Amino acid sequence: MNTGQKKEIKEYTINVFSENHIGLLNRLTIIFTRRKINIESLTVSESHIPGIHCFTIAINSYENLVRKVILQIEKLVDVLKAFYYTTDQIIYQEIALYKLPTSEVTGYIGLETLIRDFGIRVLEVTPEYTVIEKTGHKTETQELLEKLKNHRLLEFVRSGRVAITKPMKELTVHLEEKGMAFNYIMKEDESY
Amino acid sequence: MFRENHENKKVATASKAGCTVTGSEALMLSLLEEGVDVIYGYPGGAIMPVYDALFDYRDRIRHILVRHEQGAAHAADGYARVTGKVGVCLVTSGPGATNLITGLANAMVDSVPLVCITGQVASPLLGSDAFQETDVVGISMPVTKWNAQITSAEDVPGIIAQAFYLAKTGRPGPVLVDITKDAQFGETTWSYRKCTRLRSYFPYPKVKLNEIQEAARLINQSRKPLILAGHGVLIAGAQNHLMELATRADIPVASTLLGLSAFPSGHRLYAGMLGMHGNYAPNVKTNECDVLIAVGLRFDDRITGRLESYARQAKIIHIDIDPAEINKNVPVTLSVVADAREALSTLLSYVKENRHTGWIDTFGSFRSEEEEKVIRPGREPAGGHIRMDEVVHQVSEKTKGQAVVVTDVGQHQMVAARYYRFNRPGSFVTSGGLGTMGFGLPASIGAKIGRPDREVVLFVGDGGFQMTIQELGTIAQSNVPVKIVLLNNQFLGMVRQWQDMFFRKRYSFTELQNPDFVTLANAYGIHGERCIKREDLAEKLDSLLASEECSFLEVMVEPEHNVFPMIPAGESVSNVRLE
Repeated sequence: MNTGQKKEIKEYTINVFSENHIGLLNRLTIIFTRRKINIESLTVSESHIPGIHCFTIAINSYENLVRKVILQIEKLVDVLKAFYYTTDQIIYQEIALYKLPTSEVTGYIGLETLIRDFGIRVLEVTPEYTVIEKTGHKTETQELLEKLKNHRLLEFVRSGRVAITKPMKELTVHLEEKGMAFNYIMKEDESY
Repeated sequence: MFRENHENKKVATASKAGCTVTGSEALMLSLLEEGVDVIYGYPGGAIMPVYDALFDYRDRIRHILVRHEQGAAHAADGYARVTGKVGVCLVTSGPGATNLITGLANAMVDSVPLVCITGQVASPLLGSDAFQETDVVGISMPVTKWNAQITSAEDVPGIIAQAFYLAKTGRPGPVLVDITKDAQFGETTWSYRKCTRLRSYFPYPKVKLNEIQEAARLINQSRKPLILAGHGVLIAGAQNHLMELATRADIPVASTLLGLSAFPSGHRLYAGMLGMHGNYAPNVKTNECDVLIAVGLRFDDRITGRLESYARQAKIIHIDIDPAEINKNVPVTLSVVADAREALSTLLSYVKENRHTGWIDTFGSFRSEEEEKVIRPGREPAGGHIRMDEVVHQVSEKTKGQAVVVTDVGQHQMVAARYYRFNRPGSFVTSGGLGTMGFGLPASIGAKIGRPDREVVLFVGDGGFQMTIQELGTIAQSNVPVKIVLLNNQFLGMVRQWQDMFFRKRYSFTELQNPDFVTLANAYGIHGERCIKREDLAEKLDSLLASEECSFLEVMVEPEHNVFPMIPAGESVSNVRLE
């Protein structure tokens, strides 16, 4: 219950750097579901540091809650560090694939329109269907989706978000700041 | 004696170095390497190879056969709380493993180090809905600090080493290790290395000097300071530092439920217990102090009451080892993320001698009002049924505050917490955060096995007693000399109290028809007595406490007694009610 926080739902992107262990994804999602936060998108990949994996999670929530969630995530034994960003602090992309009847692409819509106006790439063309790809923010891939819905769209799929942060601080610096563990042995002490 | 024993164990494991052993034997050797001398368990199909190996090690590892796996978890929990060591459970797959879950959840929320080993079906059968297969790794995730599955014998030593390291370091917690049957049967070359570090785990954050200096400045300048001592003080072994801080700067100390016994109850600076059924003065003074120094606690809602009106006037210093606890419930002025002993010992370099006589004196009128309205009428009632208060008070006097007190959950728990006067740290074993009825009896077994040198007294209600009553069999078979005081009010008393106060006295399913508990104890081979009349109480308690063996005393108490003071749920700590 932090005060002085604006109670405003915003889109946040969470980056989690972790070991690549079985079950960690489950432990991560439990943290969100327990607090009734819906995960809008989730992407897992290796990071720039060998052996360390990166989860990119997009959610809509209050900053106050996101801050607590980050601390709970960092509490997981296999997590090295977690960060959260607002949309203006990151460069991000999503990829979308669309499958259409080839006759629609060459006929009513026009391949040139798609390429010039929407910057799509053509991945496959057969006599029956064509698969095209568009990469960008959700608003952009959504705009194309809305257009193609009127043209016998056969299939559509959009990936989770991948994001690179604008701040320049290295992960390793954060880890050093977190303070290395010091050796410490419990003493049995019975008196006051 | 202990040292000699320990060295024997070392020799046993060292002589196996480089030998081929089964996964099950590797598990036994790993437990010896971690200094385990007792485990609480229950055999079954998927853990049989381990039990077979245990048969060869039964002279070095004592096995306590419980009557239900929940009892194993609570017994290990009680053991861990009084020894500071890791409690160990050994159970089978499927229902054996799921029966642990309540015990894991209890240990998780109360930060108790456990290593629970579960058997599992052979790895080729995983995911096939095999007999007694259950996804215990998945099920236990929200209630464990860490868990892992071993599917190959060679992984046994490494994972067990990691399990013990994670259970006991930093903020302690329960760890579960699931071992498939083929990993138990499989072979590996024995070698062991203790785990001392993981690159993704930071158990002991370094104390930041600037934070400590700022904390000292706030404390030195304060005129009405109040210390709140939590479980973290006991876990860190910081009670001496707490005493030094309190006496040097002349600061009253209030305790959470799990912080009880970290500070002696009879000390002039002891303000009492905090929270819903805590003492009058510390609850009210929380909203009057100018600096609140919270050490090793998590501002549970049973402590804070209504958050919007909790200590808003105070500058709050929060010392806790877990960064996720800072600002979780209560926004603080200053946080010190560190082990309580490290933090307090550094803080003591900067805290000056001080006197707060005027402030401390203001506690007196609250104390005497509570004494007059609540404590004395409970301790010395004019007549009628025996009261729980007087039973606990008498046990406290007779044991001189030196016993380990174990409780179950409910009214008797609050009464025990309020009226036992602790004179020794690490003397109170209770289920705090989870409020687990059925915790008491098995926890008392672990507590007595962990500290055979100390008197262990269990206070238990007639409701919770029946949730794990079968552990009387464990007590009888393993000959555990626990002293059981059953406070029988023939109700689920705490729920009945709420029905009385907040549900127009509609006693919906809170009345119990009970068995003859004395006969039941006798059936287990345990000596039992019943006390109905006040004039018999002292004598019956004397003979209970004098017994060398487990002994049972049922005290018939006032059926409709309500525990006060009370902060009604969701109200401010200032609104603590005395009647």
